[in-house]
Amino acid sequence: MRVLMFGWEFPPYNSGGLGTACHGLTRGLVNQGVDVTFVIPKALGELKQSHVNLLVADQFKKGLKIKELDSILVPYTTTKGYNEKLKTLKGTGANSGNSVYGQNLYQEVFRYSEKARHIAKKEKFDIIHCHDWMTYPAGIKVKEVSGKPLVLHIHATEFDRTGDHPNQIIYEIEKEGFECADKICAVSNFTKQRVVNHYGINPDKVEVVHNAVEFTEPPNEERLHISPTDKVVLFLGRITIQKGPEYFLYAAKKVLEVEKNVKFVVVGNGDMEHFMIEKAADLGIADKVIFAGFLRGKDIDRAYRMADLYVMPSISEPFGITPLESMRNGTPVLISKQSGVSEVISHCLKVDFWDIHELANKIVAVLQYSELHHCLKEHGSMEVTKFNWNEPAGKCINVYNKLLGVT
Amino acid sequence: MVSICFYFQVHQPMRLRKYQVFDIGKSKQYYDNDKNKAIIEKVARKCYLPTNKLMLDLIHRTDGKFKIAYSITGIAMEQFEQFQPNVIDSFQELCDTGNVEFLNETYYHSLSYLYSKQEFREQVEKHRKAIQSLFKQTPKVFRNTELIYNNELANTIEKLGYTGILAEGVDHILGWKSPNFLYSPVTTNKIKVMLKNYRLSDDIAFRFSDRGWQEWPLNVEKYCQWVNAVNGCGHTVNLFMDYETFGEHQWEDTGIFKFMEHLPFEHLRNSDNDFKTPSEVIASYPAMDKIDIHNPISWADIERDLSAWLGNRMQQSAAHKIYEIEKEVKSSNDPGIMEDWRRMQTSDHFYYMCTKWFNDGDVHKYFNPYDSPYDGFIAFMNVLQDILSRIKQKNLNTTILQTA
Repeated sequence: MRVLMFGWEFPPYNSGGLGTACHGLTRGLVNQGVDVTFVIPKALGELKQSHVNLLVADQFKKGLKIKELDSILVPYTTTKGYNEKLKTLKGTGANSGNSVYGQNLYQEVFRYSEKARHIAKKEKFDIIHCHDWMTYPAGIKVKEVSGKPLVLHIHATEFDRTGDHPNQIIYEIEKEGFECADKICAVSNFTKQRVVNHYGINPDKVEVVHNAVEFTEPPNEERLHISPTDKVVLFLGRITIQKGPEYFLYAAKKVLEVEKNVKFVVVGNGDMEHFMIEKAADLGIADKVIFAGFLRGKDIDRAYRMADLYVMPSISEPFGITPLESMRNGTPVLISKQSGVSEVISHCLKVDFWDIHELANKIVAVLQYSELHHCLKEHGSMEVTKFNWNEPAGKCINVYNKLLGVT
Repeated sequence: MVSICFYFQVHQPMRLRKYQVFDIGKSKQYYDNDKNKAIIEKVARKCYLPTNKLMLDLIHRTDGKFKIAYSITGIAMEQFEQFQPNVIDSFQELCDTGNVEFLNETYYHSLSYLYSKQEFREQVEKHRKAIQSLFKQTPKVFRNTELIYNNELANTIEKLGYTGILAEGVDHILGWKSPNFLYSPVTTNKIKVMLKNYRLSDDIAFRFSDRGWQEWPLNVEKYCQWVNAVNGCGHTVNLFMDYETFGEHQWEDTGIFKFMEHLPFEHLRNSDNDFKTPSEVIASYPAMDKIDIHNPISWADIERDLSAWLGNRMQQSAAHKIYEIEKEVKSSNDPGIMEDWRRMQTSDHFYYMCTKWFNDGDVHKYFNPYDSPYDGFIAFMNVLQDILSRIKQKNLNTTILQTA
């Protein structure tokens, strides 16, 4: 079985969960004997580095090929962000007077899909598998050229990213993709429901393939403290509307009414960062909220281990891998019910993201009742070991087999 | 001959609402009245009323040969009186036949025996008085919450004047012994222990509708053959189960009512067989041997121990903290505080905090009004904080009054 896969990012050059998920899924597929060719936009500048070395260092030398396409698409970008990037390129003369790249984000997405067509002619494959909207037009083109079945994988929809205020063009690209696809994989029931409700897709066409998480190193037991008296409540993620950061602040305000010795730490960056800093000041809790900026790798693990509780108040989280990372680090989690990950874990606290009172109630409970913290920590760190990428990969293989008529 | 001794447990907890940290000091409304009312009404409709009618009918149709026993918790009785008084009427009607025995337990269906002997005795006394007042009977046989039992409990209960006590027929305790005889505890003189035949009880209570069970569908002929097989190697088959088995755990369409309707007649076809109440069993049969149970056993889960209520740190801590304040509660001399404190002792609150998800965990999930055991713990602890603050306030007021 040969799969031609289109994505936007691949570790270590990823800015979010998508790259991690693609990495895990391809590993699971290769483990089970599937050949995967993974196509990503050719990243420029700081992103253009040793993918090949990465692959050599990694375990799947065999079975996985990485192909780069010349494009400046980066994940989680916006039209504005794309324009700025394009301007920078022109300024440096890297692309002077020559419109290699699309005039806007959408043109670039379509240019990328044209290039994909060429790859499709050279490569041998049985199935096309695309991850999220920027690659859907590519998938559709390749399907036209090759006649092979098309699987679209949804890690997030436009509704998730924008807090229910979708960009119409992106929405249409997604909808067209869903309609052209032979099968859709959604990372949760929550996401499947969105595809059915917002895009009018037949539920029978959508398969739920929950993400997994695999930890290769043993957990680090070392705990860190920022203060001998204060407990720490952590927010970690992109500071964007999707992640519900303002609910974290509203809850913090309520918590501080009954529990003074707490620090609220915000890790990450994003377009709502300034709003957040001002909001904390407006609420009169600026001295209790620490903005730690964007962290990577080991620093992220340290942030988890410094915290008494990790809160993920996302207003719409198709899956959400961070709570699992936190549990792995022995830190209890409080997550919104509007998340895919809440469908697969039990040993955590769950709330509706808009229920500030309940959010604060549960934060206080974890801070005040040490037995609660203890049980969440013990059971949670056990529970998180049950995940394995071979399982979602196996579900994808079933999808492939059905499409190819293999039993 | 073989006697069948039926005892049915009737219990409904007062479920707490999702009491938040922000309610502490502001709201004394601890209970989810809407939910409690809805559940009482639903279970009355599906189970209590139709099953009581069936039992009454069976007593009449067998010319009084059919006999049964109930243990109804105090807080279940209170809720019947409040939300569905005709359930009480129908139990009284059953009582009037003279074929129904009412057993004694802790009024609040609590774990008090494990934490405070004093509180335990007060709750047993309160329950005894409630039974006397409602049913004009003085209970002679005792069953502890969830059949929690050990030697020491048997001692305590004997001293309180009871002739019999119920326990689970746990395999690892019984060894080669049969649950179908009576026993006497190693530490007592007169009291007899009646052991639940859990296989035959659970065939009705749990397996009856299980299509994966090789004996499904169960009919009375087959079942009574199993009972008759005890002949010669036992005196009594003790069938102890939740009353909600009928119509609530096993829905009407499983045929559970039809099964029960035919069972007495099939059993009585053998003219040597009969039905006995627990007191009659104790009066009729001798204790065959001593029985030695040091560590507490119960009828819950596959472990048959205390782990359903006290298995994790949250449960242990919640239970410890509630009994820790007994003195403060009692010296506050405030009936309202006392009542709320006691209602918080109901074992169900601890059961909801159980984190044993697998196998028996399914049962825990089914009966849990909370989304998770953690939510159960949070609501419980918040209410406990409020009770503590009420005690403090009360003591403060008393001091002010005294100094004024």
